[in-house]
Amino acid sequence: MSTHPLLQIDNLSTHYVSARGTRVVRAVDDVSLRIDAGETLGIVGESGSGKSTLALTILRLLPPAARVASGRMLFEGEDLLAKSDAEMRRVRGKRIAMILQDPMASLNPLFSIGDQVAEPIRVHEGVGRAAAWSRARELLKAVRIPSPQTRLLQHPHEMSGGMRQRIVGAIGISCEPRLLIADEPTTSLDLTIQAQYLNLLRELQRAHGLALIFITHNLGIVAKMCDQLAVMYAGRVVESGPVRQIFNAPAHPYTQALLNSIPRMSDNRNRLAAIDGQPPDLVALPPGCAFAPRCPSAFDRCRESPPSQLTFGDQRTVRCWLADAGSDAADSQVRKGAA
Amino acid sequence: MSLQTEAVGLPSRFDIIRIEGFPLLPVLILGGIAFVAIFANVLAPYDPEIGSLAARFRPPAWQVGGSGEHLLGTDHLGRDVLSRLIFGARVSMVVGFTAVIVAGVIGTGLGIVSGFLGGWVDQVIMRITDTWLALPALTFAIFLTAIVGPSEMNIVIILGAVYWTRYARVIRGEVLSLKEREFVKLAIVAGCSKRTIMARHILPNVLNSAIVLGTLMLGVVIVTEAALSFLGVGVPPPKPAWGLMLADGKKGMMVGYWWLTVLPGVCIMLMVLSANLIGDWLRVKLDPQLRQL
Repeated sequence: MSTHPLLQIDNLSTHYVSARGTRVVRAVDDVSLRIDAGETLGIVGESGSGKSTLALTILRLLPPAARVASGRMLFEGEDLLAKSDAEMRRVRGKRIAMILQDPMASLNPLFSIGDQVAEPIRVHEGVGRAAAWSRARELLKAVRIPSPQTRLLQHPHEMSGGMRQRIVGAIGISCEPRLLIADEPTTSLDLTIQAQYLNLLRELQRAHGLALIFITHNLGIVAKMCDQLAVMYAGRVVESGPVRQIFNAPAHPYTQALLNSIPRMSDNRNRLAAIDGQPPDLVALPPGCAFAPRCPSAFDRCRESPPSQLTFGDQRTVRCWLADAGSDAADSQVRKGAA
Repeated sequence: MSLQTEAVGLPSRFDIIRIEGFPLLPVLILGGIAFVAIFANVLAPYDPEIGSLAARFRPPAWQVGGSGEHLLGTDHLGRDVLSRLIFGARVSMVVGFTAVIVAGVIGTGLGIVSGFLGGWVDQVIMRITDTWLALPALTFAIFLTAIVGPSEMNIVIILGAVYWTRYARVIRGEVLSLKEREFVKLAIVAGCSKRTIMARHILPNVLNSAIVLGTLMLGVVIVTEAALSFLGVGVPPPKPAWGLMLADGKKGMMVGYWWLTVLPGVCIMLMVLSANLIGDWLRVKLDPQLRQL
């Protein structure tokens, strides 16, 4: 068991197919990732890069138009794609939990907090209402809700935003999952509450030894929260590896551009650095590397054929011809990006 | 709990009565009819189904020839009109409410299933609903009674079977927007089964609409019941239904026995009007968008 990663994704592709089957959107394309128990994996990428589709694929909650075209997802050694719907329901919420993009709206306005925190416990563990409620009270204490006994009886509209957010966090960990997927959980919060919430998530993670997949487009959060990082572009993981290594020496031009576009206080340039061009149309991807049209160092080969995934160093991967074109060129490119 | 909320000046649950536009009169009328229906046995001076032929066509007490014995006169069989009106209220109330509930349960159930499951289930249910809606309600109801025969129980089932479509339509629309809400998604992510989600998260959130629709349907159902009874395919005689009284009395209209038609007619009108006014008020009250206008 200990030799397995908690979740191992191999060559996973998820496609959206139009009603007549004529248009195929490769939302997730040939993605391989792994995450170990207790680890935090950050997934960054711009809108439409396939982050959320990847999360939904892991939970097998894809909309009807989507198909898992190929690949394998091993969770604790079991293939998630081979499970029946009923088996998947026992995984969701119990072993893999998820916090949604807008936790503020994630609570049912008609039910008390206690009912909602207790719901997954009752669904998955079949315990009685009283037992589930006392567990719910412990959970509220764990996410630092003051006077949990009173709060259990209240309804969502009686809570502040930060509180509701923490309650959604409590629902997420209610059945002590092994893996928690957080899909941009802080976008709807203001900054001070964001920081509090992230600290809380980290504490919960340490206390329960749970693995965390953190989907975001905020590199600052990644630097603070994550051990591993996967950068997605047009459905593919263009670079992955330990966060420190990637931040210190990004290998893919897209990662370099992303890191360069973070505004810094010490910066006295007048304009913010942006990445030129538009993200590609996923229906009509260029034949070569998807980033080639926007890439400052693209050469002919980039436009002709897509680069395959290259592993180098200690657990780092990159999809770029520059890295493949001989170690000299790659090294100089890496150094240039880091400088 | 209530003491605390009052102390900080938050609205208490009794504020509903103080809200502007509360339809006090309709509520009193409908409440009065309900009261009369419940205590019909105590309130009615005579047996509504047995009359004495010696006392036929007595006018109301205040007219020439009327007496205090029969306050609202008697009909062609010498039955006391007041007693029949009182027991008729019971028929209207029972038929009206149960039919609305039957229609509501069928329609809300199908609407939730249709909206939440989507796909071919939705297509099948909605096409059936369309077909159903295309049939004229009253004609369809007459057709159905012709098949199963008139009785109070059958009328309830038939009215339910005719009017569920409106619920199905409205509720399905609500569910379509509701199922995209985050809390429903969270329930899916938390591993709840579809049945649990429909019962625990969808149903309570559409109940408001179902109740408003119910009060608005109450008037429609009562009028239909009266119409069916009037046409002779509703509540069978000698049961005192208002529609039936109207039908029995219509021949006497020409010769001056006005109380046999006007009185049950007024009762039907007051009840339907009250139900509709309350329904309208509830609709505005429970719809935040309309309330802000």
